[in-house]
Amino acid sequence: MDRKIRVLVAKAGLDGHDRGAKVVAASFRDAGFEVIYTGLHQTPEQVVEAAIQEDVDVIAVSLLSGAHMTIFPEVVKLMRDKGADHVLVTGGGIIPPQDMETLGKQGVGKLFGPGSPTADAVEYIREWCAAHPRMV
Amino acid sequence: MKEPAIKTDGQDTQAKDADQAQPHGGPRSQGPSEVERAASEWKHKYEETAKERDDLFETISGNHVEPLYTPTDDADRDYLRDVGFPGEYPYTRGIHQSMYRGRMWTMRQFAGFGTAAQTNERFHYLLEHGQMGLSVAFDVPTLMGFDSDDPKARGEVGMCGVAIDSLADMETLFKGIPLGEITTSMTINGPAAIIWALFLAAAEKQGVPFEKVGGTLQNDAFKEFVAQKCWCFPPRPAVRLVVNTIQYAAQHMPKWNSVSVSGYHIREAGSTAAQELAFTLKDGFTYVEEAIKAGLDVDDFAPRLSFFFNAHMDFFEEIAKYRAARRIWARHLREIYGAKNPRSWQLRFHTQTAGCSLTAQQPENNIVRTAIEALAGVLGGTQSLHTNSMDETLALPSDKAVKIALRTQQIIAHETGVTNVADPLGGSYYVEALTDRLEREAEDYFREIDARGGVVTCIEQGYFQREIHRASYRYQQELEQKKRIIVGVNDYVETDEKIEIPILYIDQQVERDQVAALRKVRETRDNDLVARRMAALTEAAKDESKNLMPYLIDCARAYGTKGEMRKAMAVVFGEHHEAPEF
Repeated sequence: MDRKIRVLVAKAGLDGHDRGAKVVAASFRDAGFEVIYTGLHQTPEQVVEAAIQEDVDVIAVSLLSGAHMTIFPEVVKLMRDKGADHVLVTGGGIIPPQDMETLGKQGVGKLFGPGSPTADAVEYIREWCAAHPRMV
Repeated sequence: MKEPAIKTDGQDTQAKDADQAQPHGGPRSQGPSEVERAASEWKHKYEETAKERDDLFETISGNHVEPLYTPTDDADRDYLRDVGFPGEYPYTRGIHQSMYRGRMWTMRQFAGFGTAAQTNERFHYLLEHGQMGLSVAFDVPTLMGFDSDDPKARGEVGMCGVAIDSLADMETLFKGIPLGEITTSMTINGPAAIIWALFLAAAEKQGVPFEKVGGTLQNDAFKEFVAQKCWCFPPRPAVRLVVNTIQYAAQHMPKWNSVSVSGYHIREAGSTAAQELAFTLKDGFTYVEEAIKAGLDVDDFAPRLSFFFNAHMDFFEEIAKYRAARRIWARHLREIYGAKNPRSWQLRFHTQTAGCSLTAQQPENNIVRTAIEALAGVLGGTQSLHTNSMDETLALPSDKAVKIALRTQQIIAHETGVTNVADPLGGSYYVEALTDRLEREAEDYFREIDARGGVVTCIEQGYFQREIHRASYRYQQELEQKKRIIVGVNDYVETDEKIEIPILYIDQQVERDQVAALRKVRETRDNDLVARRMAALTEAAKDESKNLMPYLIDCARAYGTKGEMRKAMAVVFGEHHEAPEF
């Protein structure tokens, strides 16, 4: 049985720019993923809690406030602490390329900057999930 | 209710046809019927023989555009009633008689990052390069009313604006800047009353009396719920705070603009031009109604309300939007709210070029986009203008990028000649038709919002949020299907592009410094006094009839922090949560 890919789309931190997150969430839904959207102003703890409760394959964090260097590593660390590091942490927003590289080294997946087609994110998640099948 | 004095045939831009002007030396047309005949003939020929590219031929908002507009499109438009003269009702052509011949728009670049001291340096830099007024960008914790040491502020302090916690930071922010001479615009909404109190306390410390202080508080609580999502309290208490500030400004601060009703963020969130126009004006009308309900006379405060619009890439639609905005505001204020002072009828506005139109790819192209958008703002008769920097899709703007953005405005002002004449596009068949259409679309939205129970109910039920999301999703799909082209993003792409512009980084040290400074303020102030003033604020919040401004200013004078003031009111007002929807 094929299980639908489950994605948590998260707005972490105080950033209120939710246009991108909502467009991405709708695209994921249209691509056939199960999508859970956290809504705004979530702490990394809340994001991780929701991810575990919803048993997702992917956390997609949207950040346009400049807090990415704090929030992404925190989400990754909390997931590790909870033994849930089989979940992909990816995302997008206003994130300078240098920072994307640094975050990549810290265990964050691919990050998508402004202008990225949502189809690229869909494809990336599909490929990642295919390459990382879940042990049941 | 007035009947909007515009055409209502539903499809007005379906040009009934087109009269191409008479060829040189040809006979002059003899009247409307002859024009109509010729136009319909032209249209007929066009349909038979014209070849069109495969394209949308729509505005960026998705409105159909005819191949040509002619005098036959304005059959129901009455020049004196609907267009008129600059400086005269209904102000379609501008609020001033002489427009930019009298005075240029104010070049006002939004700036703020890191600590108050860093932003103070940027302010001095901008003023030295010819900027005429200040505009403060606050960081996200400040926008939501959290202190820099609040756990929720982690990672956000000073990142996309300046961190301001107490009067001490305000004093630093405006060091060497005389607040009685330079006007200051502050982009702050949920906690606007708190930040304004801190600002006023700083002006007082400079020895400037309140009646001499000029500037603008954005203070548009509604659009936070609709679009920007940096709220502080739920909608109903939020409206009370807005009315309190309107009242305080009306009584004590003749040079202060109490609310800058903002469409900018609504547009950035993905709305169409008509939604930006309609939702913003409806927010404005609702503030007017609330202030009248609180016992104010409309002419005592309406002249101090201003607006803030986006300048997006669809050049003519944007110009039409500003013209329609002026006409709608004038008509409603005079005919519905009974304002008698012409200043109440005049819609004054600030423009910012569209951040969401900029691309991270080939960022230098953003200079061109911004120049075109800025020109639309000027041709639309803006009172002040912010031009975005080319690097804003990557990070905060660097000094050089900010300077080019400011120079863009100076080039428009001094080199292009567009400032010689008021409303240069007035009378353009196309622009007038678009202006009429946008007014009509806005009136349709006003009726819809009223039918749904008004602005607050629409916010609580997520109506605006859904409308905007639908528009932004449609737009994104059009990009992905390449129905619309964005240069460098979905066409003319450079795959091996290296970004070579310098990027301004905010060191995470800023957060540590800011938190340390805040601790010092808490250690050195009179904490008993602060506690008493916070308690007084809480008590006053319980009494709907009390204006909270004097209490907030007292808290600010005692070096109470914004987070403490927020908490003192939140125990009465509660918190706001939006249901997640997409």
